[in-house]
Amino acid sequence: MANRKLLGLFQEPQQVADAMNELKGSGIPAEDLDIYSGSPFPEGAFGEHEPHHRLYMFPLVGALIGFSLGLLYTAGTQIAYPLVTGGKPLLSIPPMTIIMYENTMLGAIIATVLGVLFESRLPKRSLGLYDERITEGYIGIVVDAPEEKADEAEKLMKAAGAEEVKHES
Amino acid sequence: MYYRRTLTDAQINRELLHVVFTTPMWWIVLVVSLGLVVAVAVAAVGYMFNQGLGVTGLRQPVFWGFFITNFVFWVGISHAGVMISAILRLSQAEWRRPMVRAAEIMTVFSLMAALTMPLVHAGRAWRIFYWIFPYDWSRGIWPDTRSPLIWDPVAIFTYLISSSLFVYTALIPDLAVIRDRSKGTWRYPMYAILSLGWHGSPHQWKLQGIAGILLSALILPVFVSVHSIVSWDFGVSLVPSWHVTVFAPYFVIGAVHSGVSAVVTLMVIMRKLYHLENYIWEEHIDALARLLIVVATGWFFLFWLDFVFALWTREEQEMVVWNLRLFEAPWGWLFLTFFITSYVIPVPLWLFKRVRRSFTWMLWTSLLVNVGMWLERFLIIVPGLVRKGPLVFDYGSYRPSIIEITIVVGTLALVPFLLLLFSKFFPLIPLWEEKEGQKLIDHIQLGNVKVPALVKEH
Repeated sequence: MANRKLLGLFQEPQQVADAMNELKGSGIPAEDLDIYSGSPFPEGAFGEHEPHHRLYMFPLVGALIGFSLGLLYTAGTQIAYPLVTGGKPLLSIPPMTIIMYENTMLGAIIATVLGVLFESRLPKRSLGLYDERITEGYIGIVVDAPEEKADEAEKLMKAAGAEEVKHES
Repeated sequence: MYYRRTLTDAQINRELLHVVFTTPMWWIVLVVSLGLVVAVAVAAVGYMFNQGLGVTGLRQPVFWGFFITNFVFWVGISHAGVMISAILRLSQAEWRRPMVRAAEIMTVFSLMAALTMPLVHAGRAWRIFYWIFPYDWSRGIWPDTRSPLIWDPVAIFTYLISSSLFVYTALIPDLAVIRDRSKGTWRYPMYAILSLGWHGSPHQWKLQGIAGILLSALILPVFVSVHSIVSWDFGVSLVPSWHVTVFAPYFVIGAVHSGVSAVVTLMVIMRKLYHLENYIWEEHIDALARLLIVVATGWFFLFWLDFVFALWTREEQEMVVWNLRLFEAPWGWLFLTFFITSYVIPVPLWLFKRVRRSFTWMLWTSLLVNVGMWLERFLIIVPGLVRKGPLVFDYGSYRPSIIEITIVVGTLALVPFLLLLFSKFFPLIPLWEEKEGQKLIDHIQLGNVKVPALVKEH
């Protein structure tokens, strides 16, 4: 049977935590529940499911790519145009490290930002089931429940204090 | 002790997005006025490109003048922005919240102003592409990566891209707030694209928090490297007074001194213009002023070392340059002005709590520091090039032309102009950081006093 998406809107964090407990108690897996809020709450405030992420790998990979490009740029240009200036040898390491260092850091930073977007699953083309009041201080619980559980989920959220429960059109 | 005012999310949105959704008359007047100054400077650049560098005061032997001074000055200003933001984010200091965005964005625009200077100074800006980019433009000639003039643009582009990404990453949740407030208006498509479909799930918030820490940790070493590399433009040359070994830390701490002062100036002006009394308090500028006392004194120590090294070695050329700086007009007068404005007046004043907590005093003292720090860069660069010394027949002085003065004044208008434009489209204080701070307000009664509770945020 198909799933139905619901969005419950709450004003108080405690109501959200209570609703989440009730929803999980009713047999809806934590992975099918999500929270939307206009500002961050401490981790685990609502007993939400926390997906695994690999953000820490991104800067390492980015740094490696940046370092390699820096090496290619500094060594490649000196080899391509082998002109001795100031009596300094070609492929002189000290000045090369300056550019390689900058490129390493740039690679790490760009990769971190790409990692944040990738792990956050952004950009999204459509907002889906959403409400503008979330950025005004409301907290939303998104339930992706099987059809037969959807009505029960709506009742549970209303009982916990949801001001409104929206359905995916 | 930070007694936060209790504000609702809706109130924070309304107050911090006021200028995004309405256009006050003062904003129009300022943008038009500053835009005119920038336009005049652009015209001066056009005239200089057409006529050649002969319209400047740059003459043998002084070929680095106002443009390079201004370049070093703006790179310096750009430093403190990201430094303050990154250090405060890493240490999770509670008082960071109202100042991180403005400081970061000041970094980006100051770097842009700085970048225009070498382009203008080159006289034929379009030829820089031959010189920097790793591309075989003509006859097999590639850039010389052993030259500090290549290190410089590489470092500055790295810093500019990094700072811009740093700003954008932290801006995404706020873009979603504007998106949600502008449904049905012309703004909506723009903010819908820029906010990338942000929902504010716990996972997204967690990654946002980690990104703040990671990017701060990555950007701090870049910040130190950039002004060090700028100092090596001078340090690796053979010009007297330019190759002191302390140049890199001296430049970095000088940059922090002028940059933190610029952040103070910006905070005071922002508070007044944007009515941010609920967000920027006496405690914030007090904290910055205390930081400035330490930074300024650290800067003074390195400035003193620069001076002492010349005296200690008693190299003839070094002594000549210092003699010129200290005792010959107009350099001596400029030196006196620089030293008084950057240290002698502001630092003793900042020792008084009443001054540190006064927005008016802090505005004027922080402006004074930057007058002094601009002169400091000028006095580092030009007297060394004058080459006044025994058995030198081609020494000469430097007098900036009206074209150079116009262009430098144009960059002084360009940064506030860009900041004003930015504030029309994006909030200058991060909404989500303020909202997060509001959740953590608590006060504890201890005896007869109620004190703010300390919270561990992560």
